[in-house]
Amino acid sequence: MTVRDAINSALDEELARDPAVYILGEEVGEYQGAYKITRGLLQKYGADRVRDTPITERERQQRRQVQQQGRRQQWQQQRQQWHRRQRRQQWQRRQHQLEPHGFTGIAVGSAFAGLRPVCEFMTWNFAMQAIDQIINSAAKTLFMSAGKINCPIVFRGPNGAAAGVAAQHSQCFAAWYTHCPGLKVISPYDAEDARGLMKAAIRDDDPIIFLENEILYGQAFPVSPQVLDKDFVLPIGKAKVMRQGTHVTITAHSKMVGFSLAAAEKLAAEGIEAEVINLRSLRPLDRPAIAASVKKTHHLVNVEEGWPTCGIGSEICAVAMEDSFDQLDAPVGRVTGADVPTAYATELEKASFPSVDDIVKVVKQTLGKA
Amino acid sequence: MALLQQSCRSSSGILPVLGRVLQRSFAAAAADDKITIEVMPYKAHRIEPPSNVVETSIAELTSMYELMYTMRRMEIAADMMYKAKLIRGFCHLYDGQEAVMTGIEYAITRDDAVITSYRDHCQHLSRGGTVKEVMAELMGKVDGASKGLGGSMHMYNKQAEFYGGNGIVGAQIPLGTGLAFAKKYQGKRNIGITMYGDGAANQGQKYEALNMA
Repeated sequence: MTVRDAINSALDEELARDPAVYILGEEVGEYQGAYKITRGLLQKYGADRVRDTPITERERQQRRQVQQQGRRQQWQQQRQQWHRRQRRQQWQRRQHQLEPHGFTGIAVGSAFAGLRPVCEFMTWNFAMQAIDQIINSAAKTLFMSAGKINCPIVFRGPNGAAAGVAAQHSQCFAAWYTHCPGLKVISPYDAEDARGLMKAAIRDDDPIIFLENEILYGQAFPVSPQVLDKDFVLPIGKAKVMRQGTHVTITAHSKMVGFSLAAAEKLAAEGIEAEVINLRSLRPLDRPAIAASVKKTHHLVNVEEGWPTCGIGSEICAVAMEDSFDQLDAPVGRVTGADVPTAYATELEKASFPSVDDIVKVVKQTLGKA
Repeated sequence: MALLQQSCRSSSGILPVLGRVLQRSFAAAAADDKITIEVMPYKAHRIEPPSNVVETSIAELTSMYELMYTMRRMEIAADMMYKAKLIRGFCHLYDGQEAVMTGIEYAITRDDAVITSYRDHCQHLSRGGTVKEVMAELMGKVDGASKGLGGSMHMYNKQAEFYGGNGIVGAQIPLGTGLAFAKKYQGKRNIGITMYGDGAANQGQKYEALNMA
């Protein structure tokens, strides 16, 4: 099952299960989702439950014209134009965001009133415009109201680097949201994670930041029949040990879990057995799982795509120091993205993010075998 | 004074507008009797204006006045406490605007949603809060509307559909649109009231929300 199908099926089942669940975002409806995550859902559940938020003024005017005049010719012309536009446009040209601040606030307000929105951002870069509603309205209201008003909303979208989209479209926001109390932050890796955690997120009564990864959408993973059950839910706040090991613990989230597993294979060939932990939840972080692993291996390396300063790795270092200081035989190693806005040129972009070899190198350094 | 009362009891035609408004002999009507008042005509833009003749009763008018007066006294007291440094941080007062919230409150029900900015003391009061709750919250006490966790700007009442109490200028506008949207989604005939000022009127998110509404 691909990650895309995992999320799609999770959304489908949760829409069927609870009438208060609805989806909104740009291109989630007619376009079937900017990354096709919401494919088929508009057709199945209707425009009341899968809502497109506004696109361009011109398209809106054209639709209004058609509505007002209602002539068959106009409608045919409109459809022709629409098809032409579909063929002409590639997905990059759809990445202009026009009203994220507004629709995020509307989603949060509807969650206060008892609905359960799934608010899609085309990428998390665009959510920066809406971040006031996410933090000040969604995250803090339960506290400020002394528990009276909760916000059962899921914010989701692709996070981090894509391919060739340059600096303003490639940022990883994991550290930004993990920092804030009042939110739960989830960063799934494979199809099982995506399905189980999406269902858990929608059923959760608090605001959830669901950080997907565009590169992983198309990747297929084997899933057990248990994962396909319509009530398959993973607990939020629990990490998963993907690979047992004895010499070093590698913690990672999202795409970097795959890279860490590949690095572990390379290290195994040299006699180093790495334990790979898929964090799954960044907030709350599964501190006991990390501590238990470090107690076994005495070495820790964190891998992330985001920038190093105040990143997830910084938090892992603090946690390791607080929970496992006496267990550590070496300082915690961090593998992160380069501390620079993402370049456009392919080689530079590649060099800005961790590779499998980078992980191997840092693990060896931590073990004193560089 | 007696002369004014006498002229009020006579027929309408010769009195000026002010006299017309005062025409009803309030002293003579019983508390629950329906009385009709003509208010200033509305200016309307692209909608049908509501009738400017309103039906009310002495009891209703009295309770409106009581609410407004309570709001006024509460806000003035809060002002004095703020100057005495018993209230920290921000304290945005609503004295002078009491009639707005009172009028809204008497036109809606407790199933209609209300949301406003940080100037929320009187909204909390009209939506079922007590003066003690408001004052205690301003002083950061656990008896406060939000148990001292929110302060002046963050008071809420979920049962009475009052959603605060929002500190960021303009943020309440899309939130209020979302509240109204939720009513529509759930098939209810209720409305959402969103209150904001001229600062928020310039916010981009206001236009985004209006567009989507």
